[in-house]
Amino acid sequence: MRTIIFRFTAPYLTSLMVLFSIFVLLRGHNEPGGGFIGGLIAASAFAIYGIACGVAPVRRALYFHPMTLAGGGLILAVLSGVLSIVFGIEFLTGLWAFPTFLGTEVALSTPLFFDIGVYLVVVGAISTIALALEEREDD
Amino acid sequence: MATESLSALKAEAMTQASVAPIDYAVIMPVIVCFLFGAALLMMRKKVAWHPIVAIPGLVCLLAADLALLWRVATGGPVTMMMGGWKPPFGIAFTADMMGAIFVTVAGFVALCAGIYATASVPGSERRYGFFPFLFLMMGGVSGAFVTGDIFNLYVWFEVLLIGSFGLLILGSQHEQLDGATKYCFLNLVGTTLFLIATGYLYGIFGTLNMADIAEKAKAMEDTTPIFTLAVLYFVSFSMKAAAFPLQSWLPASYHTPRFVTSALFAGLLTKVGVYAAIRVLLMLFPPERAEMAPLFAWVAALTMVFGAFGALAQSDLRRFLNYAVIVGIGNIMVVLALPAAVPGEGGLAMSVGLSGAILYAVHSIVVMTALYLAAGVAAHLAGTSSLHEMGGLWRNNPLFAAVMLVLLFAVSGLPPFSGFWPKVALVRATIAGDLPWLAASILVSGFLLTIASARVFALGFWRPLPAASAADTRAEKNAIVAERFTAAGPEKALSAIPLLALCSFVVIAGVWPQWLLDLTDAAANGIIDPAPYITSVFGGVR
Repeated sequence: MRTIIFRFTAPYLTSLMVLFSIFVLLRGHNEPGGGFIGGLIAASAFAIYGIACGVAPVRRALYFHPMTLAGGGLILAVLSGVLSIVFGIEFLTGLWAFPTFLGTEVALSTPLFFDIGVYLVVVGAISTIALALEEREDD
Repeated sequence: MATESLSALKAEAMTQASVAPIDYAVIMPVIVCFLFGAALLMMRKKVAWHPIVAIPGLVCLLAADLALLWRVATGGPVTMMMGGWKPPFGIAFTADMMGAIFVTVAGFVALCAGIYATASVPGSERRYGFFPFLFLMMGGVSGAFVTGDIFNLYVWFEVLLIGSFGLLILGSQHEQLDGATKYCFLNLVGTTLFLIATGYLYGIFGTLNMADIAEKAKAMEDTTPIFTLAVLYFVSFSMKAAAFPLQSWLPASYHTPRFVTSALFAGLLTKVGVYAAIRVLLMLFPPERAEMAPLFAWVAALTMVFGAFGALAQSDLRRFLNYAVIVGIGNIMVVLALPAAVPGEGGLAMSVGLSGAILYAVHSIVVMTALYLAAGVAAHLAGTSSLHEMGGLWRNNPLFAAVMLVLLFAVSGLPPFSGFWPKVALVRATIAGDLPWLAASILVSGFLLTIASARVFALGFWRPLPAASAADTRAEKNAIVAERFTAAGPEKALSAIPLLALCSFVVIAGVWPQWLLDLTDAAANGIIDPAPYITSVFGGVR
């Protein structure tokens, strides 16, 4: 789209939405949010950027092909479940660790990595579809 | 104080026992499929690497399946609760003998089809993701066979459907899209019905765990809603399985994709529907199923007779096979029509019949996959799959023609191949269950399918090439034959390996069936008396 207002605001809007999607992803363990909805927000951010500035800049900015992101996310999600085999407990059981970084306790857990995996799968799958549809329109 | 009550809550909600390493075999088939599928998705552009990654992946899948079969055969049904949440609230993966047999056979044919695909699927379709979709579909199929939760079964149905949609349209040709539309629409209606039925089931029982449902259904006094449920499930599963009168999507779509894709679909997807029907109707609601047996008897008989007449009428090799799949479905569905397994008079019919039906499903998975792959080779050699134009394959490639003959004998149920013993068991069961007309329809449909198979073999293989027989002199004839068969180029040796592997299974299962019958007998007993299944889920809890 060629409107100057939209093209000017789209980068700011996109970066804000991606930031917000990560916030939603991280708060998802105990509060409303999580990987799926976070992934949808991030994918719509990329879609907006694609509508405003064309698909090629989005692909450049993402660096990896969205489908590769989805594959990586799926591997991350499965591996965070597989980790329970090492500890001899049932598949997908949550494992927690509380290391301290710079004086702050950080809660790391397999559900978190599973959720990040879901986030990547959703971002990858939805952006693949959205970018493909936008590309057709440009031609 | 707070931490103490937290750990007490955790002890109440989660299983505490540690898991033996071999018990991870329950979940391994699904993990292997997703890991390899995702890895292949990431290397989508590197087409040359796909077979190098995919074939070891399929070998891993088969190894995991065999480990599961071994675990179930030696130690009985095995359960793993996802995330360690106690049943009935956590999602249970429960593999019993029937699930383990199905998942192992599925892994075997997937490996064979994968090897065949390395030889036959061109690079462009690999780029569009043949192997990732294959693993996604196998993940769904494996999950459906080992899950012990009925909503989870629905989820695996969706997963395998998404994988199969992708495989179906890889070529993006006009007729493929046409077939895919019919396939997608009817299958989506089927899964929606499945979802509605599951919502209704949850309203009745308040649980989705199959072991829990089996117990609650047995204890229920007013069984009227269960009849509604059973009918809803039967309709949705028979849509998946392509049973009469909901079979028309199958002949409309299975001949459109690549041969290897049709082979996987024909082998596996309809059998998932049959598996689910046996699991839900025979294990969860046995008395209600027995009440409705006359309806199922009609469905089974009409399915196989329709399939057999359809097979007789076809002039295309692959369309003939589409109908042969339907005949097999009808044969397996006979088990739903047998009288209930009460101790005493009717017990024999059900235990023999169920064992026969599971054996038939195993046979049908292997032989239908093999036949579609063989049809692919035949179409490649002859340059067409139309029976009007094919011919002369016997003289051109006797070994391949012999393999085809074995497979056609097997699909018709003739001895000494794998189709014979399950048919014997089913006929015996129907006669013991006082359903002689159903036994007759098994035999008649088998006879009609034998005629149809003989016609296929006579036209496609036995007779000389029709284009050549019009020629005047012998030299001209030879020239036409040589031109036709050299135009195809030499068939790659890689596609012979899976065919020979599947064919040797067909022969071994026919000549030496006892080990298979032992397995399917155990599987049938596990469905008729689900007590070990229920104990494996609730073992430490109740």
